[in-house]
Amino acid sequence: MNTTKELSVKESKIAYLLRLADDRLILGQRMSEWCGHGPVLEEDLALANMALDLIGHASSLYAYAAEVEDEGRDEDHFAYFRDDYEFTNLQLCELPKGDFAFTIARQFLFSSFSYFQYQQLKEAKDEQFAGMIDKHFKEVKYHLRHSRDWVLKLGDGTDESKKRMQDAFDELWMYSGELFYIDGVDEMMLAEGNGADLLSFKDEWKKLVEDTLKEATLNVPDWDQFMMTGSRTGMHTEHLGHMLAQMQFLRRSHPDADWK
Amino acid sequence: METQQQLDDFQARIDAGEKIEPKDWMPERYREQIIRMGSQHAHSEIVGMLPEGNWISRAPSLKRKLVLLAKVQDEAGHGLYLYSAIETLGVRRSELIDQYLYGSAKYSSIFNYPTLSYADVCVIGWLVDGAAIVNQTKLAHSSYGPYARANLRICKEESFHKKQGYEMVAKLAEGTPAQRKMVQSAVDRFWWPTLMMFGPNDSNSPNSAELLKWQVKLNTNDELRQHFVDRVVMEAEAVGLTLPDPDLKFNEETGHWEFGEIPWDEFWDVVKGNGVMNRERIKSRRKAHEDGAWVREAAQAYARKKNLSREKAS
Repeated sequence: MNTTKELSVKESKIAYLLRLADDRLILGQRMSEWCGHGPVLEEDLALANMALDLIGHASSLYAYAAEVEDEGRDEDHFAYFRDDYEFTNLQLCELPKGDFAFTIARQFLFSSFSYFQYQQLKEAKDEQFAGMIDKHFKEVKYHLRHSRDWVLKLGDGTDESKKRMQDAFDELWMYSGELFYIDGVDEMMLAEGNGADLLSFKDEWKKLVEDTLKEATLNVPDWDQFMMTGSRTGMHTEHLGHMLAQMQFLRRSHPDADWK
Repeated sequence: METQQQLDDFQARIDAGEKIEPKDWMPERYREQIIRMGSQHAHSEIVGMLPEGNWISRAPSLKRKLVLLAKVQDEAGHGLYLYSAIETLGVRRSELIDQYLYGSAKYSSIFNYPTLSYADVCVIGWLVDGAAIVNQTKLAHSSYGPYARANLRICKEESFHKKQGYEMVAKLAEGTPAQRKMVQSAVDRFWWPTLMMFGPNDSNSPNSAELLKWQVKLNTNDELRQHFVDRVVMEAEAVGLTLPDPDLKFNEETGHWEFGEIPWDEFWDVVKGNGVMNRERIKSRRKAHEDGAWVREAAQAYARKKNLSREKAS
């Protein structure tokens, strides 16, 4: 899937924005599946809140990508009129929602990564981009705090919750390597002063994850195990296609209708 | 044993427009009625998340997805306010939830109808939330303080939902032929069930007299229903939608819109559990509740451990 074509700065910027947006839309869409089905009313509210934040962030990032692209498209084009292999979200984000432990483990891995990533991106040279990230950063901090609290509660709760939490991390672990995938798009954006230097915080992120799992009395799975890759160039699990089929069908059935 | 003097004093407070607060003396029957009505209201908010939630994953634009998700989330919030208001009478939320999941407590029958298109969600915003507002605006003046205040808060959010719903209905009504067909179909299916939301006719409403006497509610079912119809007929006309009632006509003398006979057989069928979605709704809520049991237990176990270690430390 690796493309040998050199991307221009503009193309890289669009690709970079779409990666950020795709992660958030797909994860938000998964998270929204909990709405009305949460384990307790307060948590139903909290999960819907995170889904709203994630989809909201995706929407502004897509809108900005459309602005940079300048071809008269809007945020909905990217969400509704691309196919599986054109999405560049992490596989981590598209996996089915699983049980509450799985949802929490995934959110914790993603939000802790986003926390470090956004800390750098909010200082980007592009002021419009930086401003948007800075606004979202407050919510990312909340997602991290909320998911981390639940990792602790479930890890150190009952035998059953501990087992479920451990199973969730064991299952998700091989999807965590891709968080730090780097290619020309990242390098170009970093060189332009608009990208995050992922390697610069990798150790810090690992430490945060390890410390949290240990505090939750959980085992830290092996970092050196096999790690999945390919998402950023369009490789996905088959789950994504079904999610998109559901998400896009109405919009695509009536492409000329106005739904805003 | 309640004395006549206590009952008279209580009634005098109600008649003077005073609010009854949790610590105040109240007849047992009053307490029961507030719990019955308030918890039924709370359950309705929670079950009501399901028909609209059915379209979150398929909403046709990112904006509409966000609006719908936020709206359904608001319903969860309303459920929370209402359960808290009812808990002031010394019942636990978990008991109340058990009563509707495994017992005979009811929720509004409107949520036993399916949402077959995205337009249904918009029409629910317009009609169902519109009807709920008519009810809740009155309940915001209910004699039981905590319940009245919960309704006041709810009304503010519902008005916003209704506005969003009506805007989208208007948009669909002037949209493509497919959008117009979708929204008219939704109106056709939701019109009569919405009118049923106000409950049976006054002549057939066993709890009404008592609830009115104690000002738990302030208007009869038929009064509220009429108020709603008078407003909605105009709104439907304004966007060119047809309400599915050939008998609908304006009475110059009374100044009200007269409407045809509500299909009460259908109403009682759905109340008895035979609506298209009754079984699914309860099944879905039970599943969420039962699947969440281990999470609630873990949270309690964790809290106990933390308290214990805090005690040891001090």
